[in-house]
Amino acid sequence: MRFNINGQPMEADVDTRTSLLDLLREHLELFGTKKGCNQGACGACTVLVDGQRINSCLALAVQYQDREIITIEGLGAPGSLHPLQAAFVEHDGFQCGYCTPGQICSAVGMADELARGVPSYVTADIAAEAIDVTDEELRERMSGNLCRCGAYNGIIDAIRETLAQAASADVKREAA
Amino acid sequence: MTGVKAAAQAAMQAVMKKAVALAPDSWIPGGEPDPLIRHKHGLIGAAISRIDGPLKVAGQARFSAEFPMERMTYAALHYSTIAKGRITAIDAASARAAPGVVLVMTHENAPRLNPTPPFMSKPKAAGGDSVPVMQDDRIHWNGQPVALVLAETQEQADHAQSLIRVSYAPEAGVTSMASARAQGPEQGYFRGEPLKLEQGDAEDLLAAAPHRVDAAYSTPRHNHNSIELHAATVAWSGDELYIHDATQAVDHVAWSIAEAFGIEERQVRVTSPYVGGGFGSKILWQHQILAAAASKLAGRPVRIMVSREGVFRIVGGRTVTEQRVAIGAQSDGGFDAIIHTGTVAMTPHNNLPEPFILPARSAYAAKSFKLDVKTVKLNMVANTFMRAPGESVGTFGLESAIDELAFDLGMDPIALRIRNEPDKDPTTGLPFSARHIVEAWGAGAERFGWDKRNAQPRAQRDGDWLIGLGCATATYPYYRMPGGAARIVLRKDGHATVSISAHEMGMGTSTVQTQIAAERLGLTMEQVTFEYGDNTLPGVVLAGGSQQTAAIGGAVIAAHRKLVGELLKLAGNDSPLAGLKPDEVGGFDGGLCSLQDPSRSESYASILARARQDEVMAEADGSPPLEGQHWSMHSHGAMFCEVRVNAVTGEVRVSRFLGSFDCGRIINAKTAASQFRGGIVMGLGLALMEETQFDERTGRIMNPSLAEYHVPVHLDVPMIEVMWTDEPDPHTPMGARGVGEIGITGVGAAVANAVFNATGKRVRDLPITLDKLL
Repeated sequence: MRFNINGQPMEADVDTRTSLLDLLREHLELFGTKKGCNQGACGACTVLVDGQRINSCLALAVQYQDREIITIEGLGAPGSLHPLQAAFVEHDGFQCGYCTPGQICSAVGMADELARGVPSYVTADIAAEAIDVTDEELRERMSGNLCRCGAYNGIIDAIRETLAQAASADVKREAA
Repeated sequence: MTGVKAAAQAAMQAVMKKAVALAPDSWIPGGEPDPLIRHKHGLIGAAISRIDGPLKVAGQARFSAEFPMERMTYAALHYSTIAKGRITAIDAASARAAPGVVLVMTHENAPRLNPTPPFMSKPKAAGGDSVPVMQDDRIHWNGQPVALVLAETQEQADHAQSLIRVSYAPEAGVTSMASARAQGPEQGYFRGEPLKLEQGDAEDLLAAAPHRVDAAYSTPRHNHNSIELHAATVAWSGDELYIHDATQAVDHVAWSIAEAFGIEERQVRVTSPYVGGGFGSKILWQHQILAAAASKLAGRPVRIMVSREGVFRIVGGRTVTEQRVAIGAQSDGGFDAIIHTGTVAMTPHNNLPEPFILPARSAYAAKSFKLDVKTVKLNMVANTFMRAPGESVGTFGLESAIDELAFDLGMDPIALRIRNEPDKDPTTGLPFSARHIVEAWGAGAERFGWDKRNAQPRAQRDGDWLIGLGCATATYPYYRMPGGAARIVLRKDGHATVSISAHEMGMGTSTVQTQIAAERLGLTMEQVTFEYGDNTLPGVVLAGGSQQTAAIGGAVIAAHRKLVGELLKLAGNDSPLAGLKPDEVGGFDGGLCSLQDPSRSESYASILARARQDEVMAEADGSPPLEGQHWSMHSHGAMFCEVRVNAVTGEVRVSRFLGSFDCGRIINAKTAASQFRGGIVMGLGLALMEETQFDERTGRIMNPSLAEYHVPVHLDVPMIEVMWTDEPDPHTPMGARGVGEIGITGVGAAVANAVFNATGKRVRDLPITLDKLL
């Protein structure tokens, strides 16, 4: 099977029962994507497929050939961290670090959903042109990613700050 | 442990304790305060980001199941479906014939193993229980592993496992509290002492008291549910075993596995550089032993990653408690009697009677005490230590009862607590090492706006939402366990490596210990490497009991003192330091200087260059941890909670939470805040949603998944405020006490008390689900 992962073509000879998660971890040695429940309940295995966040444990690898897959390794590395990764470190948005790649990938996907105006369960006005990004909105949208160390406050701080910085960068670009 | 043996051990300990209690302060470790306590404006206390943060956020920190090996095989487990009885037959023919299968292991072909030493039975025992691991046909609990399949891939192993058919001859097991109680409760023992204490006639004083509360509280089973599954990558090389484990006890695991396999401890190497959460669960369970046994039979490396269901089946959690709390008080609030008794479930094969009476031993003054934990034995997976064993659920009963009494007395619950503040340990009579709970209450109450609370229930409403405020005391002891040892290697370029077999499960160990070592040595953090997570390093350090920081601290103090002695010897008579003793110098700016006269100094580079040495090394054992028997040493917290309870649906939302802590000196403001918050979040789970559902007919856990065992998610957790007194404890290393467990304590009661204030309903049975409020 042929895959496009973090912009790289990759090949693997795997069982059709292999999940996208096990493909990444056991066959491609991309261990950044984590296994916490293997049944779609914890979000630790979140990756981006064509820009959308999915639980890779619930995806069969065979169905994801030739899709654009981004894992935590594709977002940034120590020394060249993605702004959200850097914000997680600054705001201590983790302790053990096991759910962290999933939280970060999920937040990247969520930012895109917010930008596209996709409403959530707590969106006050679904007719509004732009979604009001409250902490409640962020918490609801991140609730599929469990953190047993309880770093939720730091995660929301990191996401809020990163979204605000991206928004102010957009404003500056437009003004220029 | 038998009753006679336990009683003999307890008597012996009592004699030793008395001697230590009466010794002069100067004989006791911590009698002379750690010089680091005097450092005010350095690295200690700073809000420093985790040094392993960039690796973790980039997905590059390697956890136990993430070490590739040639010819790897993958394991899958098959679990028993009965609670007690015998295996009569195992049909594994289809499994053996399935594609990719390398091995099917059952009790019929497993290598012969010695019983696993259960945790707390020996200094380095790590077993969750002492049940023989796949050695015979006996079933002890519903969910016990009865077969292991190894295959070339995980998919093949999982499929082959599903083909195994096991026949059983079931026997009548004990799977309900009622039938267990009928067998006769026994005395609980913890750390070698009976969980029983009577001072004065508490029942008489209770009966005579003008005000009293006397109520039953209960808490269910809990599972730790760290997000990283229990996993190990295991390989034999001849007679030597290498385990990449996820553990909070590398030395304990190595020693215990060596015992099981009948080999020397030095033949077992256990590394565990990163652990994806532990909370008490990551000790030695059957999976590491089974993986090692299968690897031996197959002659190939094994990766075992227990499924989430499997973690519920084979890794024990917190046990169920049934508590009675009774408090008798005078009209001014003074306590005449504190009674905290009850029953907990455990198994015949483990050593942990959830010690829920620990908070009542030291939290409040009273004229009389009656404290007692009885145990009953069930056929279930062995219960174990889970974050603040005892205190987490014990404070629910005790601190709820105090709230009930305050309401009855018409007193503010904080005032009632302060009214009963003891001036020495109320049950041992020992002096407190440091106790600033009253300050913590004051600062927390002011910050939280406690004065705006209406003591009358159902007095505050916002549409359909009833709003209430509650508070509770958090409390957890200071522990420092024996076995700490550390090595420091200082190079002439001014770089130091501190090595100790400790653990990083997210507590911030590697960051905090780098800070401490840098401050002690007078180096920058970049000049210090902290090595940990490997049983071949010095020391035996359990990441448990919130004691790791103190245990490492005590060992590093000893190694540092020795290192300074070596350096002074090397410095010789030509140095500005000539004639000074180790106690008279400190680390400063890349060298040593006189504490009296800082102008007398010499850099490490200069000392080593003159001595023509590339490096200097010192290794030492930590002092015996006697301070805990000489002073009463506890951390405290004042916990404040605001809830909103829907008057129509009974749904409870926590809208605000504040923890005001007195935990000695805080070493890293950033990571400590995360430890406090993390404990509080787990406490919110304990209060509102967490319950391992145990079918009392079959002994089977019925919700073994994160879909059905609910833990707090983002939307359940408001911004949590934390603050601390930062008063150093003069008798602990660095002036610090642990911060890992105290956060979960008191939370259950703070929430329950807020729910009472909101609704007028007193829930005494956790979790506080909406059905209990309708």
